Amino acid sequence: MKYLSEYRQPAAVQRCVAGIHRLVTRSWNLMEICGGQTHTIVRFGLDAMLPSRVRMIHGPGCPVCVTPVEMLDKAIRIASRPEVIFCSFGDMLRVPGSERDLLAVKSAGGDVRVVYSPLDAVKLAARRPERQVVFFAIGFETTAPANAMAVLHAERLGLENFTCLVSHVLVPPAMQAVLGSPQNTVHGFLAAGHVCAVMGTQQYEPLVRQFHTPVVVTGFEPLDLLQGISMCLRQLEQGRSELEIQYRRVVRPEGNRLAQEQLRRVFTTVSRKWRGIGEIPASGWALSEAYARFDAEQRFDVRDVVAEESSECFAGEVLQGHRLPVECPAFGSRCTPEHPLGAPMVSGEGACAAYYRYRRQPV
Amino acid sequence: MCLGIPGKLVELRQQDELMMGKVEFGGIVKEVCMAYLPEAEVGDYVLVHVGFAISRIDESEAEEIFRYVDEIEQLSGDADEPPALRAAEMHGEGDGS
Repeated sequence: MKYLSEYRQPAAVQRCVAGIHRLVTRSWNLMEICGGQTHTIVRFGLDAMLPSRVRMIHGPGCPVCVTPVEMLDKAIRIASRPEVIFCSFGDMLRVPGSERDLLAVKSAGGDVRVVYSPLDAVKLAARRPERQVVFFAIGFETTAPANAMAVLHAERLGLENFTCLVSHVLVPPAMQAVLGSPQNTVHGFLAAGHVCAVMGTQQYEPLVRQFHTPVVVTGFEPLDLLQGISMCLRQLEQGRSELEIQYRRVVRPEGNRLAQEQLRRVFTTVSRKWRGIGEIPASGWALSEAYARFDAEQRFDVRDVVAEESSECFAGEVLQGHRLPVECPAFGSRCTPEHPLGAPMVSGEGACAAYYRYRRQPV
Repeated sequence: MCLGIPGKLVELRQQDELMMGKVEFGGIVKEVCMAYLPEAEVGDYVLVHVGFAISRIDESEAEEIFRYVDEIEQLSGDADEPPALRAAEMHGEGDGS
Protein backbone atom coordinates (compact mmCIF):
# COMPACT_ATOMS: atom_id res chain seq x y z
CA MET A 1 0.00 0.00 0.00
CA LYS A 2 1.32 3.44 -0.95
CA TYR A 3 2.77 5.38 1.99
CA LEU A 4 2.98 2.23 4.10
CA SER A 5 5.09 -0.47 2.46
CA GLU A 6 7.93 1.81 1.37
CA TYR A 7 8.54 2.67 5.02
CA ARG A 8 9.05 -0.99 5.86
CA GLN A 9 11.79 -1.78 3.33
CA PRO A 10 14.35 -4.01 5.05
CA ALA A 11 17.35 -2.51 3.18
CA ALA A 12 16.50 1.07 4.19
CA VAL A 13 15.77 -0.05 7.75
CA GLN A 14 19.14 -1.82 7.91
CA ARG A 15 20.98 1.26 6.64
CA CYS A 16 19.22 3.52 9.12
CA VAL A 17 20.03 1.13 11.98
CA ALA A 18 23.69 1.07 10.91
CA GLY A 19 23.76 4.88 10.95
CA ILE A 20 22.29 4.96 14.46
CA HIS A 21 24.98 2.54 15.68
CA ARG A 22 27.66 4.88 14.34
CA LEU A 23 26.32 7.99 15.99
CA VAL A 24 25.78 6.73 19.55
CA THR A 25 28.62 7.14 22.04
CA ARG A 26 26.73 7.33 25.35
CA SER A 27 23.69 5.84 27.11
CA TRP A 28 20.32 7.39 26.32
CA ASN A 29 16.70 6.69 27.26
CA LEU A 30 14.05 7.71 24.75
CA MET A 31 10.31 7.60 25.33
CA GLU A 32 7.82 7.07 22.51
CA ILE A 33 4.62 8.60 23.74
CA CYS A 34 2.07 6.87 21.55
CA GLY A 35 0.83 3.30 21.94
CA GLY A 36 0.75 2.88 18.15
CA GLN A 37 4.47 3.60 18.08
CA THR A 38 5.04 1.14 20.94
CA HIS A 39 3.36 -1.55 18.86
CA THR A 40 5.52 -0.88 15.80
CA ILE A 41 8.66 -0.95 17.96
CA VAL A 42 7.79 -4.23 19.69
CA ARG A 43 6.21 -5.89 16.66
CA PHE A 44 9.17 -5.24 14.36
CA GLY A 45 11.75 -5.64 17.13
CA LEU A 46 13.17 -2.16 16.46
CA ASP A 47 14.38 -1.77 20.05
CA ALA A 48 16.42 -4.97 19.71
CA MET A 49 18.20 -3.54 16.64
CA LEU A 50 19.32 -0.40 18.48
CA PRO A 51 22.68 -0.07 20.23
CA SER A 52 22.54 -1.60 23.70
CA ARG A 53 23.13 1.86 25.17
CA VAL A 54 19.81 3.13 23.79
CA ARG A 55 16.72 2.16 25.76
CA MET A 56 13.18 2.73 24.52
CA ILE A 57 10.73 3.51 27.32
CA HIS A 58 7.05 3.09 26.47
CA GLY A 59 4.87 6.07 27.33
CA PRO A 60 1.28 6.60 28.47
CA GLY A 61 -0.13 7.27 24.98
CA CYS A 62 -2.92 4.71 24.95
CA PRO A 63 -6.26 6.41 25.66
CA VAL A 64 -8.01 3.12 26.36
CA CYS A 65 -5.37 2.33 28.97
CA VAL A 66 -5.57 5.64 30.80
CA THR A 67 -9.37 5.98 30.87
CA PRO A 68 -10.09 5.85 34.63
CA VAL A 69 -11.99 2.94 36.09
CA GLU A 70 -14.84 5.17 37.28
CA MET A 71 -15.42 6.34 33.71
CA LEU A 72 -15.81 2.65 32.80
CA ASP A 73 -18.25 2.24 35.68
CA LYS A 74 -20.23 5.24 34.42
CA ALA A 75 -20.28 3.73 30.92
CA ILE A 76 -21.44 0.40 32.33
CA ARG A 77 -24.19 2.04 34.38
CA ILE A 78 -25.47 4.01 31.37
CA ALA A 79 -25.19 1.06 28.96
CA SER A 80 -27.26 -1.10 31.35
CA ARG A 81 -30.31 1.17 31.01
CA PRO A 82 -33.03 -0.33 28.82
CA GLU A 83 -33.65 2.82 26.75
CA VAL A 84 -29.96 3.22 25.84
CA ILE A 85 -28.00 2.13 22.78
CA PHE A 86 -24.40 2.48 23.92
CA CYS A 87 -21.85 2.98 21.12
CA SER A 88 -18.12 2.65 21.57
CA PHE A 89 -14.86 2.00 19.77
CA GLY A 90 -14.24 -1.75 20.03
CA ASP A 91 -11.22 -1.47 22.32
CA MET A 92 -13.26 -0.25 25.27
CA LEU A 93 -15.58 -3.25 25.51
CA ARG A 94 -13.13 -5.56 27.29
CA VAL A 95 -11.56 -3.02 29.64
CA PRO A 96 -12.41 -4.05 33.19
CA GLY A 97 -14.50 -1.66 35.27
CA SER A 98 -14.49 -2.16 39.02
CA GLU A 99 -16.89 -5.11 38.75
CA ARG A 100 -17.42 -5.98 35.09
CA ASP A 101 -16.85 -4.74 31.54
CA LEU A 102 -19.10 -3.45 28.74
CA LEU A 103 -19.03 -6.84 27.05
CA ALA A 104 -20.66 -8.32 30.16
CA VAL A 105 -23.40 -5.69 29.87
CA LYS A 106 -23.91 -6.77 26.27
CA SER A 107 -24.11 -10.46 27.16
CA ALA A 108 -26.64 -9.61 29.87
CA GLY A 109 -28.86 -8.12 27.16
CA GLY A 110 -27.65 -4.53 27.06
CA ASP A 111 -27.59 -2.82 23.67
CA VAL A 112 -23.86 -2.17 23.32
CA ARG A 113 -22.53 -1.59 19.81
CA VAL A 114 -19.12 -1.10 18.28
CA VAL A 115 -18.84 1.77 15.81
CA TYR A 116 -16.01 2.65 13.43
CA SER A 117 -16.74 6.37 13.32
CA PRO A 118 -18.55 8.62 15.83
CA LEU A 119 -20.77 9.73 12.94
CA ASP A 120 -22.16 6.18 12.83
CA ALA A 121 -23.58 6.77 16.32
CA VAL A 122 -25.19 10.03 15.17
CA LYS A 123 -26.77 8.24 12.19
CA LEU A 124 -28.10 5.59 14.54
CA ALA A 125 -29.63 8.28 16.77
CA ALA A 126 -31.33 9.83 13.73
CA ARG A 127 -32.75 6.43 12.73
CA ARG A 128 -33.90 5.47 16.24
CA PRO A 129 -35.58 8.53 17.78
CA GLU A 130 -37.32 6.35 20.40
CA ARG A 131 -33.97 5.30 21.92
CA GLN A 132 -31.21 7.22 23.71
CA VAL A 133 -27.95 6.83 21.80
CA VAL A 134 -24.81 7.40 23.87
CA PHE A 135 -21.34 7.54 22.36
CA PHE A 136 -18.26 6.83 24.49
CA ALA A 137 -16.04 9.71 23.37
CA ILE A 138 -12.54 8.74 24.40
CA GLY A 139 -9.18 9.44 22.82
CA PHE A 140 -6.36 11.90 22.47
CA GLU A 141 -6.28 15.04 20.34
CA THR A 142 -6.29 12.89 17.19
CA THR A 143 -9.75 11.49 17.90
CA ALA A 144 -11.32 14.57 19.49
CA PRO A 145 -12.11 16.36 16.18
CA ALA A 146 -14.19 13.38 15.03
CA ASN A 147 -16.06 13.34 18.34
CA ALA A 148 -16.54 17.13 18.19
CA MET A 149 -17.99 16.78 14.69
CA ALA A 150 -20.43 14.12 15.93
CA VAL A 151 -21.75 16.61 18.51
CA LEU A 152 -21.93 19.43 15.93
CA HIS A 153 -23.69 17.17 13.44
CA ALA A 154 -26.21 16.00 16.05
CA GLU A 155 -26.90 19.68 16.81
CA ARG A 156 -27.32 20.44 13.10
CA LEU A 157 -29.80 17.56 12.73
CA GLY A 158 -31.66 18.73 15.84
CA LEU A 159 -31.23 15.38 17.60
CA GLU A 160 -32.34 15.25 21.22
CA ASN A 161 -31.56 11.58 21.80
CA PHE A 162 -27.78 11.75 21.26
CA THR A 163 -25.24 12.32 24.05
CA CYS A 164 -21.55 11.64 24.62
CA LEU A 165 -19.74 10.23 27.62
CA VAL A 166 -16.59 12.31 27.20
CA SER A 167 -13.22 11.23 28.55
CA HIS A 168 -10.68 13.00 26.35
CA VAL A 169 -7.05 13.22 27.40
CA LEU A 170 -4.22 15.43 26.15
CA VAL A 171 -0.62 14.54 25.37
CA PRO A 172 1.47 17.59 26.39
CA PRO A 173 0.36 17.58 30.08
CA ALA A 174 1.24 13.86 30.26
CA MET A 175 4.71 14.57 28.87
CA GLN A 176 5.04 17.36 31.40
CA ALA A 177 4.09 14.91 34.18
CA VAL A 178 6.68 12.36 32.99
CA LEU A 179 9.47 14.94 32.71
CA GLY A 180 8.56 16.61 36.00
CA SER A 181 8.52 13.34 37.97
CA PRO A 182 11.44 12.88 40.39
CA GLN A 183 11.77 9.34 39.00
CA ASN A 184 12.15 10.54 35.42
CA THR A 185 14.89 8.87 33.37
CA VAL A 186 13.79 10.08 29.91
CA HIS A 187 16.39 12.05 27.92
CA GLY A 188 14.43 12.55 24.71
CA PHE A 189 10.89 12.20 23.40
CA LEU A 190 9.31 10.93 20.23
CA ALA A 191 6.05 12.89 20.11
CA ALA A 192 2.91 11.39 18.59
CA GLY A 193 2.62 12.26 14.89
CA HIS A 194 -1.13 12.06 14.51
CA VAL A 195 -1.83 14.16 17.60
CA CYS A 196 0.42 16.83 16.05
CA ALA A 197 -1.29 16.50 12.65
CA VAL A 198 -4.33 17.95 14.44
CA MET A 199 -2.81 20.25 17.07
CA GLY A 200 0.41 21.34 15.38
CA THR A 201 3.72 21.41 17.18
CA GLN A 202 3.92 24.75 19.05
CA GLN A 203 2.57 23.20 22.27
CA TYR A 204 5.85 21.29 22.67
CA GLU A 205 8.19 24.30 22.58
CA PRO A 206 7.71 25.12 26.30
CA LEU A 207 8.49 21.48 27.25
CA VAL A 208 11.69 21.52 25.19
CA ARG A 209 12.76 24.81 26.82
CA GLN A 210 11.75 23.97 30.38
CA PHE A 211 13.33 20.52 30.53
CA HIS A 212 16.10 20.90 27.89
CA THR A 213 14.76 17.73 26.32
CA PRO A 214 14.69 17.04 22.57
CA VAL A 215 11.23 16.33 21.15
CA VAL A 216 10.93 14.78 17.68
CA VAL A 217 7.43 14.52 16.20
CA THR A 218 7.48 11.04 14.71
CA GLY A 219 5.38 8.76 12.49
CA PHE A 220 4.34 5.15 12.91
CA GLU A 221 6.13 2.96 10.37
CA PRO A 222 9.48 1.24 11.14
CA LEU A 223 11.49 3.71 9.07
CA ASP A 224 9.65 6.69 10.58
CA LEU A 225 10.49 5.49 14.06
CA LEU A 226 14.13 4.82 13.25
CA GLN A 227 14.50 8.25 11.67
CA GLY A 228 12.81 9.86 14.69
CA ILE A 229 15.07 7.91 17.04
CA SER A 230 18.19 8.91 15.13
CA MET A 231 17.17 12.59 14.99
CA CYS A 232 16.60 12.52 18.74
CA LEU A 233 19.92 10.74 19.41
CA ARG A 234 21.79 13.17 17.18
CA GLN A 235 20.46 16.08 19.23
CA LEU A 236 21.45 14.36 22.47
CA GLU A 237 24.93 13.48 21.23
CA GLN A 238 25.46 17.07 20.06
CA GLY A 239 24.10 18.56 23.31
CA ARG A 240 21.11 20.17 21.59
CA SER A 241 17.49 20.21 22.69
CA GLU A 242 15.10 21.26 19.94
CA LEU A 243 11.69 20.54 18.56
CA GLU A 244 11.97 18.72 15.23
CA ILE A 245 9.47 17.09 12.91
CA GLN A 246 10.34 13.72 11.40
CA TYR A 247 6.79 13.02 10.11
CA ARG A 248 6.75 15.89 7.62
CA ARG A 249 4.60 14.18 5.05
CA VAL A 250 1.64 14.40 7.48
CA VAL A 251 2.44 17.03 10.15
CA ARG A 252 2.51 20.80 9.51
CA PRO A 253 3.74 23.05 12.35
CA GLU A 254 0.35 24.80 12.49
CA GLY A 255 -1.65 21.53 12.53
CA ASN A 256 -5.22 21.36 11.25
CA ARG A 257 -6.66 24.81 12.02
CA LEU A 258 -10.24 23.94 11.11
CA ALA A 259 -10.20 21.03 13.52
CA GLN A 260 -8.67 23.19 16.28
CA GLU A 261 -11.43 25.76 15.80
CA GLN A 262 -14.19 23.19 16.28
CA LEU A 263 -12.37 21.66 19.26
CA ARG A 264 -12.33 25.07 20.96
CA ARG A 265 -16.06 25.41 20.29
CA VAL A 266 -17.17 22.04 21.58
CA PHE A 267 -14.72 21.27 24.40
CA THR A 268 -13.25 22.95 27.43
CA THR A 269 -10.01 22.02 29.23
CA VAL A 270 -10.44 20.14 32.50
CA SER A 271 -8.36 18.27 35.03
CA ARG A 272 -8.46 14.50 34.37
CA LYS A 273 -7.66 11.39 36.31
CA TRP A 274 -5.43 8.99 34.32
CA ARG A 275 -5.84 5.33 35.12
CA GLY A 276 -2.79 4.08 36.98
CA ILE A 277 -1.23 7.55 37.13
CA GLY A 278 -3.66 9.81 38.98
CA GLU A 279 -4.92 13.32 38.48
CA ILE A 280 -3.07 15.54 35.98
CA PRO A 281 -4.14 19.21 35.91
CA ALA A 282 -5.54 20.59 32.62
CA SER A 283 -4.96 17.22 30.94
CA GLY A 284 -8.31 16.60 29.31
CA TRP A 285 -11.31 17.95 27.49
CA ALA A 286 -14.97 17.87 28.53
CA LEU A 287 -17.98 19.33 26.70
CA SER A 288 -18.13 23.12 26.96
CA GLU A 289 -21.01 24.95 28.59
CA ALA A 290 -22.59 25.58 25.18
CA TYR A 291 -22.78 21.83 24.45
CA ALA A 292 -23.57 20.60 27.97
CA ARG A 293 -26.93 19.26 26.75
CA PHE A 294 -24.98 16.56 24.87
CA ASP A 295 -23.28 15.40 28.08
CA ALA A 296 -24.30 11.84 29.00
CA GLU A 297 -22.95 12.26 32.55
CA GLN A 298 -25.54 14.98 33.14
CA ARG A 299 -28.41 13.31 31.30
CA PHE A 300 -28.03 10.01 33.11
CA ASP A 301 -26.83 11.51 36.39
CA VAL A 302 -23.70 9.44 36.87
CA ARG A 303 -21.42 12.30 37.92
CA ASP A 304 -21.00 10.99 41.47
CA VAL A 305 -19.68 7.49 40.54
CA VAL A 306 -16.30 6.77 42.16
CA ALA A 307 -14.22 3.58 42.02
CA GLU A 308 -10.88 2.12 43.02
CA GLU A 309 -8.45 0.35 40.71
CA SER A 310 -7.28 -3.24 41.06
CA SER A 311 -4.33 -3.28 43.43
CA GLU A 312 -2.67 -6.22 41.68
CA CYS A 313 -2.19 -4.39 38.36
CA PHE A 314 0.83 -2.07 38.17
CA ALA A 315 -0.29 -0.48 34.93
CA GLY A 316 0.60 2.94 36.31
CA GLU A 317 4.26 1.94 36.54
CA VAL A 318 4.15 0.59 32.98
CA LEU A 319 2.34 3.66 31.65
CA GLN A 320 4.94 5.97 33.13
CA GLY A 321 7.80 3.89 31.78
CA HIS A 322 9.13 2.85 35.21
CA ARG A 323 8.66 -0.89 34.65
CA LEU A 324 8.26 -3.28 31.71
CA PRO A 325 5.12 -5.42 31.32
CA VAL A 326 7.16 -8.63 31.66
CA GLU A 327 8.25 -7.55 35.15
CA CYS A 328 4.67 -7.94 36.40
CA PRO A 329 4.09 -11.20 38.33
CA ALA A 330 0.61 -11.49 36.80
CA PHE A 331 1.82 -10.96 33.19
CA GLY A 332 0.78 -13.82 30.92
CA SER A 333 -0.62 -15.88 33.81
CA ARG A 334 -3.36 -14.16 35.84
CA CYS A 335 -3.44 -11.31 33.30
CA THR A 336 -3.92 -12.07 29.59
CA PRO A 337 -5.84 -10.35 26.78
CA GLU A 338 -8.72 -12.81 27.41
CA HIS A 339 -8.76 -12.13 31.16
CA PRO A 340 -7.13 -8.75 31.69
CA LEU A 341 -6.49 -7.25 35.11
CA GLY A 342 -5.70 -3.87 33.61
CA ALA A 343 -6.34 -1.87 30.49
CA PRO A 344 -2.85 -2.05 28.89
CA MET A 345 -3.42 -5.78 28.41
CA VAL A 346 -6.73 -5.17 26.58
CA SER A 347 -6.09 -2.37 24.19
CA GLY A 348 -4.62 -3.04 20.77
CA GLU A 349 -2.12 -0.37 21.73
CA GLY A 350 -1.40 -1.18 25.35
CA ALA A 351 2.21 -1.98 26.16
CA CYS A 352 1.22 -5.20 28.01
CA ALA A 353 -0.76 -6.45 24.99
CA ALA A 354 2.18 -5.67 22.68
CA TYR A 355 4.57 -7.68 24.86
CA TYR A 356 2.05 -10.50 25.23
CA ARG A 357 1.53 -10.70 21.48
CA TYR A 358 5.08 -10.30 20.23
CA ARG A 359 7.44 -10.91 23.13
CA ARG A 360 6.47 -13.11 26.03
CA GLN A 361 10.14 -13.75 26.79
CA PRO A 362 12.50 -10.84 27.40
CA VAL A 363 14.96 -10.32 24.50
CA MET B 1 -6.22 4.33 19.02
CA CYS B 2 -4.56 7.16 17.11
CA LEU B 3 -4.21 4.78 14.21
CA GLY B 4 -4.24 6.71 10.95
CA ILE B 5 -4.27 5.11 7.54
CA PRO B 6 -3.19 6.77 4.29
CA GLY B 7 -5.58 6.39 1.38
CA LYS B 8 -6.45 7.94 -1.96
CA LEU B 9 -9.44 10.26 -2.20
CA VAL B 10 -11.57 9.01 -5.11
CA GLU B 11 -14.85 10.89 -4.68
CA LEU B 12 -16.19 14.01 -2.97
CA ARG B 13 -19.77 14.99 -2.25
CA GLN B 14 -21.99 16.94 0.12
CA GLN B 15 -24.31 14.84 2.31
CA ASP B 16 -26.57 16.05 5.16
CA GLU B 17 -24.64 19.34 5.07
CA LEU B 18 -21.39 17.47 5.65
CA MET B 19 -18.52 17.23 3.18
CA MET B 20 -18.03 13.47 2.65
CA GLY B 21 -15.70 11.49 0.43
CA LYS B 22 -14.73 8.01 -0.61
CA VAL B 23 -11.18 6.96 0.15
CA GLU B 24 -9.46 3.89 -1.24
CA PHE B 25 -7.08 1.91 0.95
CA GLY B 26 -5.27 -0.69 -1.17
CA GLY B 27 -8.48 -1.69 -2.98
CA ILE B 28 -10.93 -1.20 -0.12
CA VAL B 29 -13.14 1.89 -0.39
CA LYS B 30 -14.57 3.57 2.71
CA GLU B 31 -16.81 6.56 3.46
CA VAL B 32 -14.79 9.34 5.04
CA CYS B 33 -15.81 12.70 6.47
CA MET B 34 -13.84 15.45 4.70
CA ALA B 35 -15.13 18.38 6.77
CA TYR B 36 -11.70 19.08 8.29
CA LEU B 37 -9.90 18.95 4.96
CA PRO B 38 -12.00 20.99 2.51
CA GLU B 39 -8.94 21.79 0.39
CA ALA B 40 -8.37 18.13 -0.54
CA GLU B 41 -9.02 17.17 -4.16
CA VAL B 42 -9.86 13.87 -5.79
CA GLY B 43 -6.57 12.05 -6.39
CA ASP B 44 -4.91 13.39 -3.22
CA TYR B 45 -3.66 11.01 -0.55
CA VAL B 46 -5.13 11.76 2.85
CA LEU B 47 -4.61 10.40 6.35
CA VAL B 48 -7.80 8.92 7.81
CA HIS B 49 -8.56 8.40 11.49
CA VAL B 50 -11.92 6.97 12.76
CA GLY B 51 -13.61 7.90 9.49
CA PHE B 52 -12.22 11.45 9.31
CA ALA B 53 -9.52 12.83 7.03
CA ILE B 54 -7.22 14.88 9.26
CA SER B 55 -4.26 15.66 7.01
CA ARG B 56 -3.21 15.70 3.36
CA ILE B 57 -0.10 13.68 2.62
CA ASP B 58 2.66 15.81 1.13
CA GLU B 59 4.14 13.82 -1.75
CA SER B 60 7.37 15.81 -1.87
CA GLU B 61 8.03 15.29 1.85
CA ALA B 62 7.23 11.59 1.57
CA GLU B 63 10.52 10.93 -0.25
CA GLU B 64 12.62 13.00 2.17
CA ILE B 65 13.12 10.07 4.53
CA PHE B 66 15.15 8.16 1.94
CA ARG B 67 17.55 11.09 1.52
CA TYR B 68 17.92 11.11 5.31
CA VAL B 69 18.80 7.41 5.29
CA ASP B 70 21.54 8.15 2.72
CA GLU B 71 22.83 10.94 4.94
CA ILE B 72 22.83 8.99 8.19
CA GLU B 73 24.52 6.06 6.50
CA GLN B 74 27.47 8.32 5.64
CA LEU B 75 28.06 9.14 9.31
CA SER B 76 31.33 7.86 10.65
CA GLY B 77 31.74 6.84 14.25
CA ASP B 78 33.10 4.25 16.59
CA ALA B 79 29.94 2.72 17.97
CA ASP B 80 28.82 -0.92 18.17
CA GLU B 81 28.15 -3.11 15.15
CA PRO B 82 24.44 -3.46 14.41
CA PRO B 83 22.85 -6.88 14.86
CA ALA B 84 21.62 -8.71 11.78
CA LEU B 85 18.18 -7.59 10.77
CA ARG B 86 15.36 -10.05 10.96
CA ALA B 87 14.46 -9.12 7.40
CA ALA B 88 11.56 -11.52 7.03
CA GLU B 89 9.73 -9.72 9.80
CA MET B 90 9.75 -6.43 7.96
CA HIS B 91 7.69 -7.70 5.07
CA GLY B 92 4.01 -7.52 4.60
CA GLU B 93 1.23 -5.01 4.80
CA GLY B 94 -0.53 -4.79 8.05
CA ASP B 95 -2.47 -2.64 10.39
CA GLY B 96 -0.33 0.38 9.64
CA SER B 97 -0.47 1.37 13.26
